[in-house]
Amino acid sequence: MPWDFKSDRPIYTQLIEQIELMIFSDIYPPGSRLPPVRDMAQEAAVNPNTMQKALSRMEEDGLIVTHRTSGRSVTEDGDMIKKAKNKMALEQITEFLEKMQKLGFDRQEVLSIITGMTEEMKK
Amino acid sequence: MSIILECKGITKTFGDKRALSDINLQIEQGRIVGLLGPNGSGKTTLIKLINELLTPTAGEIRVAGMRPGIETKKLVSYLPEKTYLNDWMRVHQIIELFMDFYNDFKPEKAYDMLKRLNINPNDRLKTMSRGTREKVQLILVMSREAKLYLLDEPIGGVDPAARDYILETIISNYQEDATIIISTHLISDVEKILDHIVFINNGQLVLSSSVDEIRNEKGKSVDALFREVFKC
Repeated sequence: MPWDFKSDRPIYTQLIEQIELMIFSDIYPPGSRLPPVRDMAQEAAVNPNTMQKALSRMEEDGLIVTHRTSGRSVTEDGDMIKKAKNKMALEQITEFLEKMQKLGFDRQEVLSIITGMTEEMKK
Repeated sequence: MSIILECKGITKTFGDKRALSDINLQIEQGRIVGLLGPNGSGKTTLIKLINELLTPTAGEIRVAGMRPGIETKKLVSYLPEKTYLNDWMRVHQIIELFMDFYNDFKPEKAYDMLKRLNINPNDRLKTMSRGTREKVQLILVMSREAKLYLLDEPIGGVDPAARDYILETIISNYQEDATIIISTHLISDVEKILDHIVFINNGQLVLSSSVDEIRNEKGKSVDALFREVFKC
């Protein structure tokens, strides 16, 4: 998986997003062990301190659990993962709606475009 | 976190030319620091002062609490901008030289990195391209287990693919409590691995800040900020 970073935000926040995505897409399923910080940093070609920061933030949010002797793993709490997933979905949708507003679409128009598209996809 | 490098009011003049004026700086342990500035801003002068290749006109430098000297040289691994190695030597001879010189030099690390970059230890420096020579020097410097690495333009002469490998080498080879100071103007290449940046211009400290702070507060990359601050 390629690691891509935008230049306008801190790298650690982008690392968090990408690791979350990996958890949601079951690359790191619930309860699975994460590789050592150093390996993850090398893989993403970032400073180990930055990776450490990202992981400790995720730990504070409860998505990652640290075991005293055996490194870090993804939480086994499915609800927790679902919550984080929903949060990310809401962020994406908010961003989308803001963009549509800038383009001059009102709520009704946006909804009808979406309904139209999902109908298309069903066929 | 303890302070590995401290500069207090460092000024250096060459005749009537002022290379550095009143630099105050503190660098913590365990950081990767970018020392950034346009050509002729004083980056190399500062690095040479930390190394005691130059002595300051005024002010004081402390490396791990000590004045630069024999004791600090044991802790500092330095990559100069110019090569000082004899070009008739073979790589393995230089490795033996380094083993004699430095207690903290790990030859197995050096051979391992040479292998990964496809450099033959029996080759003489003379027969190598400039880029390969630079790789050899960086390998030698990173094979020491130092507390402070001073890398003066470590990636200037190598191709982008090798640059990535070299940065990877830097990340994977330093101890967590070691600090690396990289002077370069290839900012976008090193930005991802930096914790902290120091901008200097015309011998003066312009900015010393963490990379996260810059991205958070200014919403731009270090590279973009550099272009803005040093716009010609």
